[in-house]
Amino acid sequence: MDFTAAVLLSVIAAATPLLFAATGELVTEKSGVLNLGVEGMMLVGAVGAFSTAAATGNPWLAILVGAGAGAAVSLIFAFLTLSLLTNQVATGLALTLFGVGLSASIGQGFVGTPMRPLPKLAIPGLSEVPLIGPLLFGHDPLVYLSILLLAGVWRFLYRSRPGLVLRAVGESHEAAHAIGYPVIAIRYGAVAFGGAMAGLGGAYLPLAYTPMWIENMTAGRGWIALALVVFATWRPGRVLLGAYLFGGVTILQLHVQAGGVGVASQLMSMLPYLATIAVLVLISRDATRIRLNAPADIGKVFHPQA
Amino acid sequence: MTRFPGLRHLVAGAAAMAVVAAAAGGVQAADKVKAAFVYVGPVNDNGWTSRHDAGRQEMEKALGDKAEKSAFVENVPEGADAERVIQQLALSGHNLIFTTSFGFMNPTQKVAQRFPNVMFEHATGFKREINMSTYNARFYEGRAVAGLLAGHMTKTKVIGYIGSFPIPEVVQGIDATTIALRKVAPDAIVKVIWVNTWVDPGKEADAAKALIDQGADVIMQHTDSSAPCQVAQERGVWCVGQASDQTRFAPKAHLTAIVDEWGSYYIKRAKAVLDGTWKSEDVWGGMKDGFLSLAPFNPAIPADVRAKADQAVADIKAGKLLPFAGPIKNQAGAEVVKAGESIPDDKLAGLDWYVEGVQGQLPK
Repeated sequence: MDFTAAVLLSVIAAATPLLFAATGELVTEKSGVLNLGVEGMMLVGAVGAFSTAAATGNPWLAILVGAGAGAAVSLIFAFLTLSLLTNQVATGLALTLFGVGLSASIGQGFVGTPMRPLPKLAIPGLSEVPLIGPLLFGHDPLVYLSILLLAGVWRFLYRSRPGLVLRAVGESHEAAHAIGYPVIAIRYGAVAFGGAMAGLGGAYLPLAYTPMWIENMTAGRGWIALALVVFATWRPGRVLLGAYLFGGVTILQLHVQAGGVGVASQLMSMLPYLATIAVLVLISRDATRIRLNAPADIGKVFHPQA
Repeated sequence: MTRFPGLRHLVAGAAAMAVVAAAAGGVQAADKVKAAFVYVGPVNDNGWTSRHDAGRQEMEKALGDKAEKSAFVENVPEGADAERVIQQLALSGHNLIFTTSFGFMNPTQKVAQRFPNVMFEHATGFKREINMSTYNARFYEGRAVAGLLAGHMTKTKVIGYIGSFPIPEVVQGIDATTIALRKVAPDAIVKVIWVNTWVDPGKEADAAKALIDQGADVIMQHTDSSAPCQVAQERGVWCVGQASDQTRFAPKAHLTAIVDEWGSYYIKRAKAVLDGTWKSEDVWGGMKDGFLSLAPFNPAIPADVRAKADQAVADIKAGKLLPFAGPIKNQAGAEVVKAGESIPDDKLAGLDWYVEGVQGQLPK
C-alpha cells in the first residue's frame, strides 16, 4: 500500500464516527429537536457494541446492538423533552453525563479485553489496484454504511414526502400540528434515528477504529459531530465535507509533526477545529441561506393546544 | 495541562522547606494505618491508575492486620473538586493519604496544611510540607532499555514516539530512548508526535499510523491506551507499551513495556507511619528501588539482544550504566554533557531540550 493511500485510509477512518453521529443529529435537529447528548449516546453505543462483540464474537450483532443502545438512551431524552416538556438543552447535557457514567459502569469488566477489528473488505484483484483499489475497496463495511446512510438521509429529507413532513415539523410545529401531522410522534422517530446513528458512530470506535474498550473513549467526538451539523448549516453534503475535512486535517497535522516541521504541537492540535470551522463558515456565510436551512423551531417546547 | 516554567526555583524552595520540615518533624507512631488513595482515572484503566491501585493492594496484603481497609476515590478531576475529596478523606480518619496525579499538587498541599496529623504523599509533584512527601519513578531508566531494544530491532532506523504533553518527564523518556538507541544504531532517528492528551485511543492510533507511514518500524508511546500497540501489531511493526504490560493487545508487536511498580514504596511508607519514622521526603526511585520494571521481552527478540537488555537492566540497577551519561550532543550537534559527566537530577527535573537524533522542535 503506498503512502497516499495509507494516509487517505486513516483520514476516512478518523472521519467515519463523526459522519455517523452528525448525520443522525442532522435528522434530529431538522425535526426541531436539539439533542446535546450525542457524546453520551455514542459512548452507550460503543460499550453496547463492544460488550456484545466480546460476549458473542459476532461483529454484525454488535453493530446492531450499538445502534439499538444509542436509540434506547435517546428515547429517554425523547420521553423527557417531548412528553414531559423538559428543557432540551439541560436534558441533552444530562444525557451526556448519564451516558458517560452508564457506559463506564457497563464497561468495567471489559477494560483490558483485546478484540479483533472488523475485517476490511477485500475484493481479489480490485483491492490491489494502486491508490484507487484500497480507497474504493479497502475499508471496513461500516465506512460504506456511513456514506450510504448519509445519501439516504439526503434523499429522504429532500426527495421524499415523509422527509418534507419532518422538515415542516422542524420549521413550525404549530403549523404542522394544525394541518394534522403527529408532531410528537415524528419527533420521537427523529430522536430515535439520531440516537441509533450516534450509537453506530460510537460502535465504530471499539469495533473498527481502536479495537478495545476504555472509559470515555469517544474523547469529545460527540461534541465535534454536534458542531459539524451547525457549521454545515444543516446540509447533508456539507456535513460529509466537514467530517472528512476534520479527519483530514487531524491526520495531516500528525504527519506534519512526524515530519519534524517546527510548529507548536498545541497549535497543531487546534488546527482541525480551526480549519473545519473556517471552511464551513466561509462556504456557508450567506445569512439568508442559513435562515432557510436552520430549522426555525429548533429547541422549542411543543405543547399541542386542544 | 499545566506547564511549570519556574520549576527549578520551586524545587529549590521546596527543598528548603523540606529541611525545615525535617528539623521540626516529630511524628508519633500509629497503631494502625488507615490509608486512602486519590486517583485521577478509573482503577481499571489498564495503565497509570490501575498500577497505583495494584500498589495499594500489595500494601494492604503486606501489612495484614496492621492496616485498616484502605479507601480509594476514582476519577477525581484535577482542580477544586480534588481538594474537597482529599479533605473528606482526611476528615474521615485516614492517617496516610496518597494523591496520584500531578494536578493534585496544590489541593494536597492546602489540605496538608490544615491536617498536620495526617501524612500526605503526592506523586510526581514538587511541593512538600512537613506532612507532605513527594515521590516519582525514574521511568527514563526503562526507556533506556527500550531504546537499546529498538536499536537492535529496527530495520528502517526510524523510531516513532507518541508524546502526551511536552513536560520534563516525557522529554526525559524521549532523550533517554534516543541516547540508548544511537549507541546501537548511530544513524537512527526518533520522530515525535505530541497528541496533547493522556488518553484518546483514536488519536493515539492515528499518530501511530502517521509515524509508521513515515517509515517508523518501532512505535513508542508516553500515552496511556493500548491503541498504538494494536496499530503496530496490525501493521507488522514493533511497539513498546506504557505503564502496564500490553502483550495481550499485541502479542507479536510488543517488545516490552515500562511497567510502573508502586507497591514497595507504599509498603515502606505505611510501615514508617506505623513505627513513627515517617518524614517528609522527596523520593525519585528507579529500577533498583523497585519503582518500575520491564514487561517480559518478546520471545521473537534474538537471545543475544535479550541478554544485552538484561545486562543493561542489571547495570542500571548497579549504577554502572547511567542513562544520561556523557558525551551527549544537543540537536545542533554541540556537546553539552562531557564524557565522564551525567545530567544531574535537578537539571533532569526541568529537562527541556532534545538530544541529537530526535527530529523536530520541542514545543515550548
